[in-house]
Amino acid sequence: MSSTSVAGPASATAERPVFSELTLAKTRARRRRAAGSAARTAIQAALIVIWCLLPFYWMIVTAFRDVGYTFEANPLPDHVTLNNFATAFDPANNQLGLGLANSLFIGTTVTIIALVVGVFAAYALARLTFPGKGFVMGFVLGASMFPGVALLTPLFGLFTDIGWAGTYQALIIPYISGALPLTVYTLNSFFREMPWELEEAARIDGCTAAQAFRIVILPLAAPAVFTTAILAFIASWNEYLLASVLHSNQTQTVTTVIGQFTGSQPHQVPYTATMAAGVVVTVPLIILVLIFQRRIVAGLTAGGVKG
Amino acid sequence: MTTADPTTAIATSPGDGRRPGRDSLDANRRREVRNAYLLLLPTIVVMAVVVGYPIILSVFNSFQADSHIDPNTGFAVTGGFVGLENYTHWLLQQCATATGTHVACASGTLAASFWNSVFVTFFFAVVTVVLETIFGLWMAIIMNRNFRGRGILRAAVLVPWAIPTAVTAKLWYFIFANGGIANTILNANIIWGSDLWASRFAIVIADTWKTTPFMALLILAGLQLIPEDVYEAARMDGATTVQQFFRITLPLLRPALVVAILFRTLDALRMYDLPQILTGGGGGRGDATTTLSILVVDQVKSGLNSASALSTITFIIIFVVAFIFIRLLGANITGSEKKARKVAKEV
Repeated sequence: MSSTSVAGPASATAERPVFSELTLAKTRARRRRAAGSAARTAIQAALIVIWCLLPFYWMIVTAFRDVGYTFEANPLPDHVTLNNFATAFDPANNQLGLGLANSLFIGTTVTIIALVVGVFAAYALARLTFPGKGFVMGFVLGASMFPGVALLTPLFGLFTDIGWAGTYQALIIPYISGALPLTVYTLNSFFREMPWELEEAARIDGCTAAQAFRIVILPLAAPAVFTTAILAFIASWNEYLLASVLHSNQTQTVTTVIGQFTGSQPHQVPYTATMAAGVVVTVPLIILVLIFQRRIVAGLTAGGVKG
Repeated sequence: MTTADPTTAIATSPGDGRRPGRDSLDANRRREVRNAYLLLLPTIVVMAVVVGYPIILSVFNSFQADSHIDPNTGFAVTGGFVGLENYTHWLLQQCATATGTHVACASGTLAASFWNSVFVTFFFAVVTVVLETIFGLWMAIIMNRNFRGRGILRAAVLVPWAIPTAVTAKLWYFIFANGGIANTILNANIIWGSDLWASRFAIVIADTWKTTPFMALLILAGLQLIPEDVYEAARMDGATTVQQFFRITLPLLRPALVVAILFRTLDALRMYDLPQILTGGGGGRGDATTTLSILVVDQVKSGLNSASALSTITFIIIFVVAFIFIRLLGANITGSEKKARKVAKEV
């Protein structure tokens, strides 16, 4: 029956042995095609990996290359030195260490505030029914798509007027405007997929509401909260627009340090030292991302495919 | 909004107005609504302070005059209602003179490059989003296949995404340097930093490299929702790979694709970091890569109220684009079930 449909109407009247030969030939052809397509997939996958990693590889090679050989085209590491890192961290040139500390401090503060405030809203949006839910959701999403420059001008004037220009709160406050919607949105997506029936089951088995929350819900929600925290932290660590205008020497973040990187020699662009600084800023982030790869991908795409 | 709510289903079912326990169900329902608003309150308050207040302030400021010479007294004054003057300054390039009249702004002023910035912003948005969608779709299809080493591929695409844009910009700044590796490989002498179109395409290439993986991950998540048996059935019916792509993959991927494109477009319209660092916000004659965001930051230093008008214009442009997107393509961004059902019915 099935061979008839594969062979098509033209051969429908032919003898039975002809069918099986035909199907055999088709199976063999399909196997050949399968082998060929596996090879094609592998080649394309290799192309993508190379495209994604090559510029990053070039940054690492340059970071370890002697400044005298900056424009050496050798794709393999040569003239290896650690001097670029020393130059990058030299406070006479750049405040890279201070920038790292500032970004860590600001990122952590923003993430904690956004999580503490946003977790309640995310829970309400995921679990409760109330009028205006769609509006609140749209508002949260709209806020996360908000252009940073629209906040920059009023805040710049406002912070100057109240004497907050160049303080930490002058960066933390606008950063929350980006981190909070992101937190609510991502957590909401995670919460919607949690097995909340377990909470009810725990209550029926004799847990108090607090116990059910502590023993059942918290362990389930912890990974979601943690992933959201990583995403919020990365977003604030990578922020540049607001930082570039609202920072002072004291509060410069790591992105502003990199953006205005200067070398020890005037009139010479410090490419190798900049690449070294780039490696310092990027590698911890990449390690973090690779360790929590699955969760981060889940968090990144959580909102996008719900439709 | 939701249908799976047993309490309302019972309470509002017709002809049972006297059902016992109805009052307590209503009370439960009221309590749930009150709790929801209580839980939302902190977020709403914080957003009102960090976003709502600055925006209102910004719109108010955009109707105030920047520091200027009062033509009657000859003194420098700041403030005072000036109507739409700050907006016409940008949209029509009208600059105030010392005598209080308005003339066309001289070329080289920030206002004169407004429409150029609008063009640059949309050019970057359209070109990068088109490229990122095509490459992202390709990457996602490969990532969705089963093969050995898929883990390496999925890890590799996260690398460009994780690198801060400021670092990405410096990295490509080095790659596109005069003696840099791009020119060495192309065996050319392209001056990426200051040639009009070369500097624009340097930004496009760097942005495509950095953001395609994000697009690919969003699309991949959509691909994984398509059940494998749909393809199996299509193969049984003799559909070719190309037919399968256009008749199954694309239509079923549409909701995820629309959301991904919307997110990326809105993000691309506020592009700042890459052109600011890679080409110093200039390139070409000095404004080849000046996006609207860069223009606002430049203006902040020389007149906040005028900058407020410009940032309001930028905000409105992005808002209008988002609105058109959602209306035309029916992007279901809030994940509301009503819309999802409608889309499901259409498919």
